[in-house]
Amino acid sequence: MSSARRFMGLAVAVGLLAQLGACTPLQPWVKPYERERLADPIMSFDPNPVDSAYMEHVFDVRGAARGGNGAAGGGCGCN
Amino acid sequence: MAARRQGGRPLHAAALALVCALYCVASRTDVLPEDRADALATHYSGGGQDINGISLLVRKKVGDHVSISYNHLEDIVSGASIDVRTSGASPYREKRTQDGLNTEILYGKTTYTLGVTHSYEPDYRSNTANFGISQSMFGDLTTVTMTYHRTWNDVFKMLCVLHDPDLNYPCVEKIHDPAFGEKDMDERSYGVGITQILTRNSIISANYEVITDQGWLSNPYREILYASPGSGLGYGLAPEVDPSTRTSNALGVDYKYFLPWRAALDLQFRYFTDTWQIRSETAQIGYSQPWRNWTFDGSVRFYTQTHADFYSDLFSSADQQNFESRNRELSAFNSYTIGAGASYEFKVPHVSWINKSTANFRVDHLIFDYKDFRNALLINPTDGIEAGAEPLYRVQINVMQLFLSVWY
Repeated sequence: MSSARRFMGLAVAVGLLAQLGACTPLQPWVKPYERERLADPIMSFDPNPVDSAYMEHVFDVRGAARGGNGAAGGGCGCN
Repeated sequence: MAARRQGGRPLHAAALALVCALYCVASRTDVLPEDRADALATHYSGGGQDINGISLLVRKKVGDHVSISYNHLEDIVSGASIDVRTSGASPYREKRTQDGLNTEILYGKTTYTLGVTHSYEPDYRSNTANFGISQSMFGDLTTVTMTYHRTWNDVFKMLCVLHDPDLNYPCVEKIHDPAFGEKDMDERSYGVGITQILTRNSIISANYEVITDQGWLSNPYREILYASPGSGLGYGLAPEVDPSTRTSNALGVDYKYFLPWRAALDLQFRYFTDTWQIRSETAQIGYSQPWRNWTFDGSVRFYTQTHADFYSDLFSSADQQNFESRNRELSAFNSYTIGAGASYEFKVPHVSWINKSTANFRVDHLIFDYKDFRNALLINPTDGIEAGAEPLYRVQINVMQLFLSVWY
């Protein structure tokens, strides 16, 4: 299966899932007042964007893998 | 490869349009990112290169629905990597600048992101436009995000026209090589992600991204090695030739768990594959521990990849195959990274508009063990080290970051 078909299939599946949620409202199993720990800054996925963007650029330039963990900036710096 | 890529474009566009249509409905309210500013200084050292950089990121809300961020960064690269030294070229010094402007617009539970980025190097210019949309749902337990970015790159080759061999960086004046001209490279990225609160202590995020490139994907300076028995060191050099298209798929998962003594555990995994037959896995574990005004972080990262199908350390002849590369980033290797950081929170006296400020330091040590990229600088037939029999290349890199952050 081509990458484009796989991407489209996944996108449609996510979309349909969202529509299901819209039709049958689910009750959140973690209430807003139970999210104190999740709101702690140490639980942020990206607490320091300026630092993580730099390291992501270093890893992108030094290896072949890219993507799957957020947007990256332009430029090469790979000579 | 080109036909496959061309054929994929309408499908990508249709999928993006469909999913956008599903999400362009908003309700209730969400929150924008905090106003903050970061000033970062970086130092990268290893593999014959030193890179010193600065980065500035400023984010500010405008009203209740819009947040604007601006990022400026500069890198100064100096030295000579093993590729440069193998090809016999001289050490060089070069500056890269990048500016980015991003806008987040909040409308109910939906956040739209629009941004542009411009990057400039003497031999590489890049412009990116990005669009994203994210929707919170299920009582804010779930956030679904879709992103698209398009990048236009112009590649040049520098030609040294004034040389002073007594200098550390012998090339005094460079121009764009007219024989090479200007080459184009376009990139498109399509991403979809979901963030899910699992329990009151844990949260998970998964992102899938397809990136397609088309155009000049080779490096104008990089050369391949081919066997040339009986001549000099026993090898010859020829320009690399990469395919003109590439499509990659990456799936990343990030899981965070809040530990009972107020600490956070972070587990990350990414699987990557592309049409150049490269496959890679990345695994990372991180730990954050606050203590009084300090927060300490540590992480260990493991990365492994297979080589591109047109990669070889030593080709049998200059024209062994259509596509040929000796780019070590396309070789098979393992990489290990260990990192540690400390952040200190302090009050800025007499500045009432600053709510919080931190001083941060982080150091990362990277090790690359190449499996089929050899250190050609060690080829020495008189000592019995023939081309293809020299030791494998191994490099260690240190990255240091010092930055200040303020929230206002």
